[in-house]
Amino acid sequence: MTVALSGKEIARQLEEKFPGSTVQTDESSALVQDKSLLQTADFLKNSPELGLNYLNFVTAVDYFDYFEVVYRISSLEHNHWFTLKTRVYDREDPVLPSVVGIWKGADFQEREIYDLMGIKFENHPNMKRIFLWDGFPGHPLRKDYL
Amino acid sequence: MVLLDPAVNPELPNALPPDWPGDMLGISGFWWHWLIFTLIIIIFVLTMVMAVIYIERRGMARMQSRLGPNRTGPFGIFQPVADAVKVLLKENIVPGTADKLVHWLAPVVAFAPALLIFAVIPFGNGALLADLNIGILYVVAVSSVSTVGVFMAGWGSSNKYSLLGAMRNVAAVVSYEIPLVLAVVGVILIAGSLSMNQIVLAQDIPFILLQPLGFFLFFTAGCAEINRSPFDLMEADSEIVAGFHTEYSGMKFAMFYLVEYAEAVAVAAIITTLFLGGWRGPLLPPWFWFVIKVVAVFFLMVWTRSTLPRVRIDQLMAFAWKFLLPVALINLFVTAVQVLAWPDTLPWVVVPINFAVMAVLILLWAKIFYKVGWGRLEV
Amino acid sequence: MALRTEPFVLNMGPVHPSTHGVFRMRATLDGEVVLDIEPVFGYLHRGVEKLAEQRTYTGFIPLTDRMDYLASMSNNLGYCLAVEKLAGVKIPERGEYLRVIMAELQRLASHLVAVGAFLNDCGAYFTPFLYMFREREKIVDLFEMVSGQRLTYNYMRIGGVSQDIPEEFLPAMDKFLATMPGFIDEIDRLLKENEILLARAKGVGVLSSENAIACGVSGPVLRSTGIKWDIRKADPYSIYDRFDFEIPTGEAGDCYDRYRVRVEEMRQSLHILNQARKDIPEGPVRADVSHLVRPPAGEVYGRIEAPKGELGFYLVSDNSIAPYRCHVRPPSLINLTPLREMVRGWKVQDLIIIFGSIDITMGEVDR
Repeated sequence: MTVALSGKEIARQLEEKFPGSTVQTDESSALVQDKSLLQTADFLKNSPELGLNYLNFVTAVDYFDYFEVVYRISSLEHNHWFTLKTRVYDREDPVLPSVVGIWKGADFQEREIYDLMGIKFENHPNMKRIFLWDGFPGHPLRKDYL
Repeated sequence: MVLLDPAVNPELPNALPPDWPGDMLGISGFWWHWLIFTLIIIIFVLTMVMAVIYIERRGMARMQSRLGPNRTGPFGIFQPVADAVKVLLKENIVPGTADKLVHWLAPVVAFAPALLIFAVIPFGNGALLADLNIGILYVVAVSSVSTVGVFMAGWGSSNKYSLLGAMRNVAAVVSYEIPLVLAVVGVILIAGSLSMNQIVLAQDIPFILLQPLGFFLFFTAGCAEINRSPFDLMEADSEIVAGFHTEYSGMKFAMFYLVEYAEAVAVAAIITTLFLGGWRGPLLPPWFWFVIKVVAVFFLMVWTRSTLPRVRIDQLMAFAWKFLLPVALINLFVTAVQVLAWPDTLPWVVVPINFAVMAVLILLWAKIFYKVGWGRLEV
Repeated sequence: MALRTEPFVLNMGPVHPSTHGVFRMRATLDGEVVLDIEPVFGYLHRGVEKLAEQRTYTGFIPLTDRMDYLASMSNNLGYCLAVEKLAGVKIPERGEYLRVIMAELQRLASHLVAVGAFLNDCGAYFTPFLYMFREREKIVDLFEMVSGQRLTYNYMRIGGVSQDIPEEFLPAMDKFLATMPGFIDEIDRLLKENEILLARAKGVGVLSSENAIACGVSGPVLRSTGIKWDIRKADPYSIYDRFDFEIPTGEAGDCYDRYRVRVEEMRQSLHILNQARKDIPEGPVRADVSHLVRPPAGEVYGRIEAPKGELGFYLVSDNSIAPYRCHVRPPSLINLTPLREMVRGWKVQDLIIIFGSIDITMGEVDR
């Protein structure tokens, strides 16, 4: 069975390395600040006993006050998984750093989040809409789009 | 080896003289001969093309565990007629930026050689339009002209897919001419003449037994020349839409379709004449034997088409230059040695020797000397 | 003297005889050599994730059918599993066995299409394609007996399956299971050592295992690179832990290995089907769950091993009859991530083969 890593345990390790990054934890997820996203992601991937180098998915959820971007990462050799979350509070022009440098699989998925939710990712090699055409007005998956 | 003299052999039917119907209505027999045989060739080619289209569709369908056309007419034999009518009624669309003259001329240039080849193919003893004493050389020369038509089609369509297809076609045809011609030279050495009628008359044993490697080479190179699977990457359906005839519709497309099958019939007819003994056979009339053999060779082409996947363009070129060409040269050498050094050996002794040579050569060459194209290029 | 050449852009447009579905590639070519490709998606985007928020949990199941339309049963199963995980529903035994049988039959059908289409792209002009479809007809007939549909089955429900199988299903399935292994052996005999197929597919479009993990690739594509990862073994769902089967892997990660992995997976599916067939219990096929199920608030990620890869559903619920957010993790889209690196330096014909060997369905890529 794929084991879920404990949220508290990971949060403790993250606080040790990057103090002030973790905001809250859940049973098997940790919510980090958006400015410490890249460091945390890098640590989770490259630490030898965690080794979370396989990105299952990255997606965004629209809670009306904020967007929550969810990264589900796992390790195939150790057979465990973890969920990393971050929040963006700006609705007009939300920006997050892109994790394409860490997990290449985020390429098309971040473009999809930009297309449908409107969150821009910095340092993404090809930040363009993926499903809808270039001049499409609005971002359809937001809760206030119709 | 003993070459048999047709004038002495009593079983052969009498030869048709070159001015066969004789002088009628004050016009020389030569003109009547030309007129009658031109009509015969045109009718033959068109009817055979319809017949082979039907054979291909039914044969390939049965090999693919389905039925094929069986509604139009009893057993679907009027399907090619229905196809022809459909295609004639279609709108003729020419792309706006196409080169109009080139686009219009391409099917004509491609089709003419397919008909011209039949001028020297014998339907009976002496029953051919013109018994040129350079028969097979004429065939080889004329068949290359249709490549110009294909390239004109690819260029004149102003379409990148067409250009890709046409380029591939030119490269492939030029490469496969050489093994084709070398395979024929072996036959010429044994028959002692370039004239197609003489070659048929010399075949007391069909040359497929005396030159099995030559048959294999000619069949493979012939399939590559006429864009048949497994070398049909010039018009590969699943890659470049339809290759050089992507932008053609209506009657012009019908011409290209006709060219493909007319050339297939032509190559089958040449193989029959050179290797299978042409019109020779007991009991039945000579032209009937000819048709049977042409259909048999064409069935072999249908068989390879429905079974084999397609090769890549660099593998195609490597196959021609590194496999077929050296093997053809060695075949020629071996044949020349046999004809010169043992002129009195009975042909039946030579047959197993040639089969053994073919088996050894193909296995050896395939294993040792031939690498499949080149792989990935660094970009 | 080197010939001066100029690269040109060839648009292999959305309508093309060979790209599997409406997929557009803008390929930069130098003669026949591919320098770069730019995939363009979105021609089949229907906004499935937005529609999920306006349908009930059960009302979304038909929409999942139409995502990967060649493997509808698997889509249904993945979604129902996710909802059941969230709502804490226990499924009766007979329902579980029927689900596994349908899922494995669907895997067979999907791999038959994949192998047939791959060989069609290699140029074998429909002969292997039609042979595969002849067998697929038998599977589709079985599905029609159960659900009345030939393509989008809408058979699974939250809590089990929608209705029990008719009496003629099991004898028909037995007949099918008796002849299918012979068919797979026949196609192996015809195709495995075919010289031209080996020349076209061996060593072409190599994907290294590190690249595969970095890109998040899953399914037969990942297994062909040598990594033994199958969700049915690593994170078993439903009753897969009761069955005994192997995970076929390749070594080189080229097109030929992907094709071989799929054929071997077909054999393993038959093995699972034979085991499941023996032990089907009687009983209800569906738990007593309301059609307007209201799972408690929370989030869940439920995933299955679909024929194309790891199909997952990330559901966020706020205790109402419709999901707050339903995200589909599409295996086809993520498997396409390394396409660009895989095709550089190969020719146009190889581009088509490499793309065909990844085996995608545009309904899933675009949703």
